[in-house]
Amino acid sequence: MSDQLGRRDFLRIAGGGVAASMIIAAAPPPPSKKLLEMLRLMRRIRHFEERLTGLYQYESYLEKSDLAGDMYDFASKGVIAGAVHLYIGQEAVAVGICAALEREDYVTSSHRGHGHAIAKGAAFGPMMAELMGRKTGYSKGCGGSMHIFSKELGLLGGNGIVGAEIPLATGAAFSAKYQGSRQVAVAFLGEGASNQGTFHEALNMAALWELPVIFVCENNLYAASTPAAIALALPNVADRAAAYGIPGQVVDGQDVLAVHAAASAAVERARSGGGPTLLECKTYRFTSHAGAGKGRHDNPEELKKWLKRDPIELFEKKLRDDGVLTAADQEALKQQVVAEVEEAVAFAKKSAFPAFNEMPVTPGTDLLA
Amino acid sequence: MRELTYTQAISEAIREEMKRDETVFQIGEDIGPVRTRSSLWKQFMKNRAWQTPISESGFVGLSVGAAMTGLRPITVIMYCDFVGVCMDPIVNQAAKIHLMSGGQIKVPMVIRTPAGAGTREGGHHSGSLESWFVHSPGLKVVMPSDPYDAKGLMKSAIRDDGPVIYIQNRILHRLGKQQCPEGEWLVPLGKADVKRAGTDITVVGISTGVMKALEAAEKLAGKISVEVVDPRTLVPLDVDTILASVKKTGHLLVVHDAPRRGGVGAEIIRRVVERGFGSLKKAPRVLGGVNTAMPYSPPLEDACLPDANVIVKAIRDMLS
Ligand SMILES: Cc1ncc(C[n+]2csc(CCOP(=O)(O)OP(=O)(O)O)c2C)c(N)n1
Ligand SMILES: [Mg+2]
Repeated sequence: MSDQLGRRDFLRIAGGGVAASMIIAAAPPPPSKKLLEMLRLMRRIRHFEERLTGLYQYESYLEKSDLAGDMYDFASKGVIAGAVHLYIGQEAVAVGICAALEREDYVTSSHRGHGHAIAKGAAFGPMMAELMGRKTGYSKGCGGSMHIFSKELGLLGGNGIVGAEIPLATGAAFSAKYQGSRQVAVAFLGEGASNQGTFHEALNMAALWELPVIFVCENNLYAASTPAAIALALPNVADRAAAYGIPGQVVDGQDVLAVHAAASAAVERARSGGGPTLLECKTYRFTSHAGAGKGRHDNPEELKKWLKRDPIELFEKKLRDDGVLTAADQEALKQQVVAEVEEAVAFAKKSAFPAFNEMPVTPGTDLLA
Repeated sequence: MRELTYTQAISEAIREEMKRDETVFQIGEDIGPVRTRSSLWKQFMKNRAWQTPISESGFVGLSVGAAMTGLRPITVIMYCDFVGVCMDPIVNQAAKIHLMSGGQIKVPMVIRTPAGAGTREGGHHSGSLESWFVHSPGLKVVMPSDPYDAKGLMKSAIRDDGPVIYIQNRILHRLGKQQCPEGEWLVPLGKADVKRAGTDITVVGISTGVMKALEAAEKLAGKISVEVVDPRTLVPLDVDTILASVKKTGHLLVVHDAPRRGGVGAEIIRRVVERGFGSLKKAPRVLGGVNTAMPYSPPLEDACLPDANVIVKAIRDMLS
């Protein structure tokens, strides 16, 4: 599929106008091997999440005219329970950013965190097991979809409290600076989260103390059912960086190379002691806010336009045009990832549930006191 | 009579009070016209519902300011757990302003928040935090367990001149309908209700604890006669109704989903022991959640919460 909406149109429908601060990939593009690895990670996110829909049995309790019901009045009776928020449509952001990081670098994430974890190197088996609440999961089944942690991968968790991830990443950056390590930290946050006080407090401190942190705002135009247009006083979150004297850039979040170029510059700045950067990636989620793709999309008409800028299709087209990828490679990659997801489903399903007396509570806890 | 669900009952109360009093409005995330597309909305709710950015400390503080100056906000915190983000405007501002202003300024607001465990949503979406508010002087705390009470208590909460924390339980959202009268009714704050009469033991249930206690009472019917008391409001607490029941039965068990340590069950037992120690034939007990954040894994979550079977066992133990 061709890139039918030009970048200009795209930013216009993304609500931001064409920002002066927008950057185009200037640095030399990554070598072919890395490009293919980035594509593989994007496909990993996509197929992992597509599979969740079949494992989730959505049931809504919401009455249409209800003033007192709640966004989250739904449940799942499937092998995956609770609330699951899909990342499909936003893959270029997680992959573009994480491709600029090293394994030791830190990432904090939100409720919509599967993509960040996979892009940072998470394996399918323990991810799927976590979503099914099994003891082989990354958080021993005690976290669930919103709380995937891996100390080894620098994943400091998804988060169920919108905005909480922002000061946590700032703290990880503080820790790196304090300990004189080369590590940097990334906070992935939605545009909705940028309205929490934590965002402003963290940016100010990070700027004051020149902390090696990159704030990555994924502006997907909605916070649950609330359009950004009625929640942000200015359309570009990136413009808020000026208030704290740090660089703020609007990035095309459907273009993995644009994201990667911006991330590389921000990471370089952070590692060399230059302080924090705010990147705003304009993007869109292709499914409902929550419900593993089974809920109602907020705006089906708008979605149709955005589907024309599917980040995976755009990247594959570019790689084919550049002769890096053949149609056969493309199909083989897809089949391979799909097979890996199936293995993870089988692994998770045959894993045991954690036992009550094995719960990883803080040492010294008297559970029954 | 007609049937109502728990959330329909709350919605009805809000609509009626909005019609009755122009100063009543609702504010919170994802509650505005964008989500609620019904024609009723257009008819009555224009400008009466404010869909906010995700800024709890901001919009709860704003609500306090509005309540100080003549409005009656119903402020929605989407999950009770999120009060962590905005405790200051609740416990330092709303709760204290009446006293600190020498009684000049009232803060007539309702903070309405869905809460509770059992929905498999993990550590940040499963809190049963009522005791945080019970422990903060200056707040009233309401926890309805069925649609009839949900409506009547919401109307009383809106009309109350002080800050009221209205905790609606998410599991109760999912339950079926209850026969309710037509028209309007009020349930006063501070009046408990005996949900099932009995003679052998008093079980005080909080929110879902009532439903679980009724289920246990049914299982024991014919063998043990269980009286189920629902305080309905934790502050003010109707100790008299609980004491009268304990005087009759001589046994007291309190059931809630919140962790037992420092919980409302302990507080209810304190009140009963102080005034009715002589009526108790056995040590009173609390069944509650275990002292942990809620784990996601469904079997683990179930193991962390009391259910009807656990209640049956506890009742048998206490009466043996
Ligand atoms: C403190 C807090 N308030 C509200 C919520 C409920 N909630 C969960 S996700 C969400 C929308 C978040 O929007 P955004 O930050 O834009 O992220 P997106 O969902 O678009 O990825 C809301 C309101 C929450 N989890 N935490
Ligand atoms: Mg968003």
